[in-house]
Amino acid sequence: MALSIVHRATGIALYVGTLMLAWWLIAAASGPAAYAHVQAFTGSIIGRLIMFGYTWALMHHMLSGIRHFVWDLGYGFKANEREALTWGALIGGIALTVLIWIIAYAIGGGR
Amino acid sequence: MSTADTPKRSMRTPLGRVRNLGAAHSGTSDFWRQRLTAVAMVLLMIPVVVVIMMLLGRNQAYAKQILGSLPIAIIMVLFIIASAWHMKIGMQVVIEDYVHNEKLKLASIMLNNFFSIAVALASIYAILQLSAGV
Ligand code: HEM
Ligand code: HEM
Repeated sequence: MALSIVHRATGIALYVGTLMLAWWLIAAASGPAAYAHVQAFTGSIIGRLIMFGYTWALMHHMLSGIRHFVWDLGYGFKANEREALTWGALIGGIALTVLIWIIAYAIGGGR
Repeated sequence: MSTADTPKRSMRTPLGRVRNLGAAHSGTSDFWRQRLTAVAMVLLMIPVVVVIMMLLGRNQAYAKQILGSLPIAIIMVLFIIASAWHMKIGMQVVIEDYVHNEKLKLASIMLNNFFSIAVALASIYAILQLSAGV
């Protein structure tokens, strides 16, 4: 139950985060100097924390959203099923986030 | 819309039927579109994450080359359209839940529309420019 507020909070965080996406794409279109600027930010400690938070928000919101689909279709309302879906979204979101970052660093994103 | 006296089988739960009937009187169709765009994003998630990962730590020339290639540009544009649409609907639900002053509510909903459209257009414009430059 308490997780629905997390779904809402991550949705709002992702909403604001689209500014980052737009900034990044515009910088890529503008040229090397602008792009280097964005990378200086995303490469900083704060930038990395934000990126990590964004990854988690996206992964959690996605799984939690899929949980909503299950309910929309009329399944998963029993107490134990609700528990399982909720924990699945929680643990799955963290697991996917960590996995993505391990892969990112493994392929050299952490430079 | 089917009327109440013609019971049809529906995939919607009772809650689903009444969600989003708030201030903008947009009816249940926003509910459907929010699901539609969410499913689209789930389908696009793996390619989008792969593209972003390919670009990590690379320079602008490489980013331009990748983002400007046709299939990737299309995937990115589709994802941007789905997320802007989805987030506009989602934020409207949030506004309707928390903002009860009528004027403030309308102003917030307007701002929400402007923000979502502006972010989407700016991002799409950037991708088109990257594609044209290749
Ligand atoms: C699907 C969403 C996203 C995921 C999963 C993701 C994931 C990551 C990961 C794993 C890193 C590597 C950490 C590092 O290099 O230090 C990173 C860094 C970075 N992210 Fe993202 N990110 C996402 C969205 C974005 C967005 C919206 C932007 C736009 C600002 C962005 C731009 C960057 C950049 C430029 C870096 C720094 C690495 C570099 O020097 O190129 N990413 N992100
Ligand atoms: C990745 C796949 C995604 C899925 C499966 C998904 C799914 C959902 C679902 C099912 C809802 C409705 C929840 C409800 O009725 O209470 C929702 C709400 C919302 N989503 Fe998403 N979403 C996704 C991505 C995103 C993204 C990328 C953004 C922002 C850019 C976003 C922003 C929002 C917002 C602001 C809400 C409203 C929150 C609320 O009403 O509590 N979502 N999402």
